[in-house]
Amino acid sequence: MSYSVPEVPGQDIAADDAPRSSSTGWPLWEVFVRQRRGLSHVHAGSLHAADVETALQNARDVYTRREEGVSIWVVPSGEIHATDPYDADAMFEPFADKPYRHPTFYEIPDEVGYM
Amino acid sequence: MTGFATMTDPAAAYVLRHGDDNLVLAQRLSEWVSLGPELEEDIALANVALDHLGVATHLLGHASQLVGGGTTDDDLAFQRTEREFTNVVLVEQPNGDFAHTMARQLFMDAYQRLLWEALAVSEDAILAGIAAKAHKESLYHFRHTSGWVVRLGDGTDESHTRMQAAVDNLWRYTGELFEMDDLDRQMVESGVGVDLGALSGPWLHAIAAVAADAMIALPDEVTQRGGGRRGFHTEHLGHLLSEMQWMQRTYPGLEW
Amino acid sequence: MTQTTAGETRFQTTIDADDKVEPRDWMPEGYRHTLIRQIAQHAHSEVIGMQPESNWITRAPSLKRKAILIAKIQDEAGHGLYLYSAAETLGVSREDLVDQLHTGRQKYSSIFNYPTLTWADMGTIGWLVDGAAIVNQIMLQQTSYGPYSRAMVRNCKEESFHQRQGYEIMLTLSRGSAEQRALAQDALDRWWWPSLMMFGPPDSESTHTEQSMEWKIKRMTNDDLRQKFVDMTIPQAEYLGLTVPDPDLVWNVEREHYDFGDIDWDEFWTVIKGHGPMNRERIQHKVGAWEDGEWVREAAIAHSEKAAARAADTIDARGAA
Repeated sequence: MSYSVPEVPGQDIAADDAPRSSSTGWPLWEVFVRQRRGLSHVHAGSLHAADVETALQNARDVYTRREEGVSIWVVPSGEIHATDPYDADAMFEPFADKPYRHPTFYEIPDEVGYM
Repeated sequence: MTGFATMTDPAAAYVLRHGDDNLVLAQRLSEWVSLGPELEEDIALANVALDHLGVATHLLGHASQLVGGGTTDDDLAFQRTEREFTNVVLVEQPNGDFAHTMARQLFMDAYQRLLWEALAVSEDAILAGIAAKAHKESLYHFRHTSGWVVRLGDGTDESHTRMQAAVDNLWRYTGELFEMDDLDRQMVESGVGVDLGALSGPWLHAIAAVAADAMIALPDEVTQRGGGRRGFHTEHLGHLLSEMQWMQRTYPGLEW
Repeated sequence: MTQTTAGETRFQTTIDADDKVEPRDWMPEGYRHTLIRQIAQHAHSEVIGMQPESNWITRAPSLKRKAILIAKIQDEAGHGLYLYSAAETLGVSREDLVDQLHTGRQKYSSIFNYPTLTWADMGTIGWLVDGAAIVNQIMLQQTSYGPYSRAMVRNCKEESFHQRQGYEIMLTLSRGSAEQRALAQDALDRWWWPSLMMFGPPDSESTHTEQSMEWKIKRMTNDDLRQKFVDMTIPQAEYLGLTVPDPDLVWNVEREHYDFGDIDWDEFWTVIKGHGPMNRERIQHKVGAWEDGEWVREAAIAHSEKAAARAADTIDARGAA
């Protein structure tokens, strides 16, 4: 279910969003699910659990209860290292001008058949 | 309505008692929905409840076929009285705190793991099929529950005290799991049923292993309270049924 | 006028291209705030929304209905969880958000502040409340924030059975006894108007809609979504043979939409401000469960710390040997 709830007129929204309690909850884990044998594990989402066993069990209950998987990985969220989006141009754009890596770059006569 | 009081078909009565265990336990577990200690555990408990409800539905369905005369699984669930329910009294005990629910569940998971394994080779092929599926579920339940018993037993001082109290309180209902009555003996002879007495050793072994990890002391010999198999329940079951059966009793004979 | 930074430019380009904004991207503070608020409210709605239905689990009239209801409410817990996860990518913790719900600083949908009085309410919640939610969530699959959009895709996929099971309950009742038809009509009478209120105040009074539309957080306005829902639902009500409690309801040939009567916005604001029929009970139930569970959550953490310490000791011992 869903919907955004309007704020009551006169209420200060910015103050509302300010976190006030300190976090002492269960740690956050990222969940990766292999949908079926032969496929890679794919990020499914995250969840909270106190330890690795419960993280795996909760992942099973939360992310595979409609038979979405045959294998699960869980990783502490803090252990995920990512590329910097600011760095995206330097990281990924250099690959844009190298069409010779792709098979469609080459012209092979039809008579040769499938290659 | 006491039409089911004399369950003349022993095979039906036998299937039904195991169905009742699962139905009543599912009803109790479903009371946890929206009250779990964290969202993840709310979801996990609902899955366990759904597993037990599924097994109950299969077993009551099978029993209703054996009873015949157009009886349905819902008739057996919603039209029988307290005296006609034959579940063990352990499963009707109130949820209490999370430790009590886990203790009750641990005792049942360890028992059902053995029970379903044995019933999976029953001469009653339908019962055997249901048991084989339930066995896989019980293996998972036991893993989930024993993990929690260890976490609570070997967690904080408060959780340890609560876990120990729960084991102490519910221990007196565990003896009934392994009691053999005439029906059990008859079913063992015909190759349909299980020798429950033979399960108690492995059960205690499994429980003791979990208890050791959980730093929980198992109670000494205590006077056991059984009686559920012959309809001699604790006072809790009547209330559970009056809630569960309320719709069918208020509006008799309707489809929903 | 502040200078436009590279981040701002990139953000605007992403929005303009209908691309998704991802967690580590630069985003305007207002965008982040609006998303946190909206996703948190959405998550709270899923979780509080478990209560009106769990009220009927133990009394469900058949084994099949009991199983369906448990599975459905379990999905709602799952949807709440996906949404909290999406909010957490914005730098808030679930604990903080839950705390804001418990202390009344964040809200949830007004619809869950109405009581479920009969079994027919399980039908109307599935049919109308989930129906309205689906209209909203289908729109939100296109929202500009990646994690929110992905959570919505998952929700919608799972939620398709929710509305159908609700309508099936209504169908069974409307084809049943006179008493059952009366239950169905009574439930529709009570839930119709609150369902329309779920889409929020009219566009003329909705202060944040314009900015949210610009940021492509929302892709349709409250009134447009409401109209879509009414147009979809009226034929379904007619098929059930039930009467929608609105004497002004009429098909407008020119607009090719239904015209419908005025919504009682005073009632809406009363409920939003916390004075609806069930506001107090819903929060009390939620806070009670959270407090009762505290020792369990603490025990799990304590145990994991003990286990980690023991593992470290074992390694030390091995190293010393």
